[in-house]
Amino acid sequence: MYRILFVAIFFSFNLGIAQVKISGKVIDNHNKPLPGISVSILNSYDGATSDSLGNYSFNTIEKGAQTLQATSAGYKSFEQTINISGGSQIINISLKEEITELKAVVISAGTFEASDQKKATALNPIDIVTTASANGDITSAIKTLPGTQQVGESEGLFVRGGTASESKIFIDGTLVNNFFYSSEPNQATRGRFNPFLFKGTIFSSGGYSALYGQALSSVLLLESIDLPEKTSADFGISYLAANAGIQKLSKNKKSSWGITYSYVNLALVYNLIKQKFDYFKVPILHEGDLNFRIKTSSTGMLKYFGYFSTTNVGFRNQDVDSLVMKDAFGLKNFNMYHNLSWKEKIGSGWRINAGASYSSNRDEINNELQDMNDKKQEISNDPLYAYKNFNLLNKGKYANAKIIFEKKLNGLSAIRFGSEYNYSDEKSNYTQYDGSKYQLSIKENIFSGFAETDIYLTNNLAAKAGVRTEHSQLIDKWDIAPRISLAYKLPDNSQASVAYGIFYQDPENKYLPSSNSLHFAKATHYIFQYQKITNQRTFRTEIFYKKYDDLFKTGLNNGRFTAINNNGFGDAKGIEFFWRDKKTIKNFDYWLSYSYLDTKRDFLNYPFAIEPSFAAKHTASLVLKKFVTKMKTQFNASYTYATGRPYYNIDYDNNSGSYKLFDKGRTKDYNSLSLSVNYLPTIGNTKAKGFTVIVLSVTNVLGANNVYSYNYSANGKNKVAITPPSKRFLYLGCFISLGIDRTQDAIDNHL
Amino acid sequence: MKKLFFLAVIICFANLAFAQSDKYTTSMKANIARLDSMMMSNNGAEISNNFERIGDAEKTQWLPYYYAAYCTVTQAYNEKDNSKKDAIADKAQQLIDKAESILGKETSETDVIKSMIATSHMMVDPQSRYMTYGPASAEFIEKAKTLDPTNPRPVLLEAEGKFYTPEAFGGGKEVAKEYFDKAKVLTDSFKPETELSPNWGGGALQYFLSQYK
Repeated sequence: MYRILFVAIFFSFNLGIAQVKISGKVIDNHNKPLPGISVSILNSYDGATSDSLGNYSFNTIEKGAQTLQATSAGYKSFEQTINISGGSQIINISLKEEITELKAVVISAGTFEASDQKKATALNPIDIVTTASANGDITSAIKTLPGTQQVGESEGLFVRGGTASESKIFIDGTLVNNFFYSSEPNQATRGRFNPFLFKGTIFSSGGYSALYGQALSSVLLLESIDLPEKTSADFGISYLAANAGIQKLSKNKKSSWGITYSYVNLALVYNLIKQKFDYFKVPILHEGDLNFRIKTSSTGMLKYFGYFSTTNVGFRNQDVDSLVMKDAFGLKNFNMYHNLSWKEKIGSGWRINAGASYSSNRDEINNELQDMNDKKQEISNDPLYAYKNFNLLNKGKYANAKIIFEKKLNGLSAIRFGSEYNYSDEKSNYTQYDGSKYQLSIKENIFSGFAETDIYLTNNLAAKAGVRTEHSQLIDKWDIAPRISLAYKLPDNSQASVAYGIFYQDPENKYLPSSNSLHFAKATHYIFQYQKITNQRTFRTEIFYKKYDDLFKTGLNNGRFTAINNNGFGDAKGIEFFWRDKKTIKNFDYWLSYSYLDTKRDFLNYPFAIEPSFAAKHTASLVLKKFVTKMKTQFNASYTYATGRPYYNIDYDNNSGSYKLFDKGRTKDYNSLSLSVNYLPTIGNTKAKGFTVIVLSVTNVLGANNVYSYNYSANGKNKVAITPPSKRFLYLGCFISLGIDRTQDAIDNHL
Repeated sequence: MKKLFFLAVIICFANLAFAQSDKYTTSMKANIARLDSMMMSNNGAEISNNFERIGDAEKTQWLPYYYAAYCTVTQAYNEKDNSKKDAIADKAQQLIDKAESILGKETSETDVIKSMIATSHMMVDPQSRYMTYGPASAEFIEKAKTLDPTNPRPVLLEAEGKFYTPEAFGGGKEVAKEYFDKAKVLTDSFKPETELSPNWGGGALQYFLSQYK
């Protein structure tokens, strides 16, 4: 009897295992069959993968209550308890799509992003440095994107009918004052910062987030690089500059530091390339930067970036009021910038982003009226000439701080809030021709608070809504600026977005102090965007309307232009296109942008609403890039065209007691073709100790005689064209990065 | 009688345990046998899921996750739509991380997979990603070679890399030849630790060597 029982037990363990078939269909919430989904009995080997029609089928030896699960990236996992007994079972599975970064619509109205994140973007960080016309200048590369103007007579980004001062630039979240080298008369200066310092660039031509403010038109957001890949030493030499630097990565790869120094001397360049100006002090520049980056935890990062530069330049130019005299302009600049930022995840979906920056800037300007023999002329009986001899010392101190708290909600949804503080203290000492001195001091404190939420309803529909409030101590006013944008993904993976927002800005310091009561200038943006990004192609179009209210009007006050009221106004509307294609021709990449702008405004000393002098109706850029593998060489070209811009002679009319338009005109169309060649002799050579790039670039190859605008003499009878300082510019340089390989260290650490 | 009872119980349990481990070996073998045809039949996802299920059920075996990662990264190589590559490579990364955490260390074999993962990320946009993922991929190959100089797979990977790299970049068919030859020598003398240990690559090696005939 017992024996039989044993045998029975024995066999039941070994044989009595009948298989049960489980099958069904996997679908998504739109009843579309899902292939490639793994369906299984939890904690068993049994399962299958759904086929192209979503069907699955497998046999199992498991018995009783079991959990059937289905998993796939991008879907919420499915679990269902099933009771397996005798017969086969049919179980259909419906998976709910998860809201993931890869699939979700992007809230993109108004923005261009260049970053190496995994989602497809219109631009890559490398595009900034390989755009032929950019010459390694970040904002010059941005100027090939729609919405920007080809203004060459002064620096900055002029976006959608806005002035350069309406565009603000941020590094790691905090505002940068003096992003550009100090202004020189009638020529645009470059940005101070090397594009290789940044891993991500976001350019917003409008409708941007509540995290940023005090910019009526646009923001440019730069994100600095994290830890370097390896320790390296870098050298660069060109016929105008030499630089050397080192970036050291610690053994445990958790921290790094770096230091760079560069020296620029344009003497050789100006000997070879004829300049419009007569340089009595050829530009000499010393520049250095210093950084450290520390991974404070697996999710935390502390970064410091410090920078200093000194510039010394002096040049003579024909005086506009006299045919025989010259203006001699001298500038000495010292600039220092420090930025410290920290980001960390602090658990349960919370993140902190904090940053602070401090900068100081000192400009010593000396202007002289000189005769044909470069001798100083003092004509004190004629104020027109007398005032051309002056000294100006400008000193600025700036501090900015920002903190953002972010809480991740379900899916990609999030809330963010925080505050920002901007401090500026500018002092100027003006010494008149007769030695009398005038001092001015402007201090501004702006406190801002902001809150914003990203709401992803589905992968196809998302909204960003935010509000920002700002207080300016200088004008003692509060503002409240709401912002909202919506994005909807269409079935063909293209997307449509809309954005609306109100933006405020305090008066520019150069028009202060004012004896009148002022409030913020205001802009309201309305943007509609359609965008389709596929793997190799991007198409984007935007229609916008921007309304300006309460712009600052200026008047003469003790010989200075100062803001007198907020009676200015204006608007800008237009349509823009961007097309990028890497697919049609193999190894050939190009983009085309076109902007149509219709704008008028009444501000500063404009007598009434007119087309501003910094706005062209039509602007188009074509950027080409081709890498020839055999030659290890990248060829880049860019061509920019813009229709002529208006220019005006606006002056005070004593008869009517107001500003009047005495003359106006339109410049001829602007065009410029730039070419550059990057030769990478060491690319792909794994045995090479270093990485070398040789760059040759030529701007305005065709030698077009471009005119940016005109300067008028005081009597209005003479006008002088403002043109680029030289017809062409040629750059030739070589950069070498010697990598110090840490493979051996890495292996040692693991053994 | 009691003795007999205990004996029977012991036999039963031993048998059960044996059946369990036998099931592991059998299932693994069955799926490993399908690896060679994976490239042709494009069923990497299915085989990867099979391995992952075994891994999830076993919990203490690293090989199922290792093979699942290998199948997944192969899928990433084969995926024609670049916009999907990153997600697949990320999945392979999760699987190889699981394998390494069970093992408690990285080995020559797991580094081979990690090199392949870096390469698939690079293939999405070689021009802008070369600087990041190119050295990362090469570094894992070097580590794999150092950790086990007898392993033919890092050498095979290096050879394939050279084969597809343009001559101008220091690659090309001729340059690759010596690496394939070296991989052949290593493959011929390589003895896998167990019958389930990684031993793939022979088919690919034969294919590439046949290109020189």
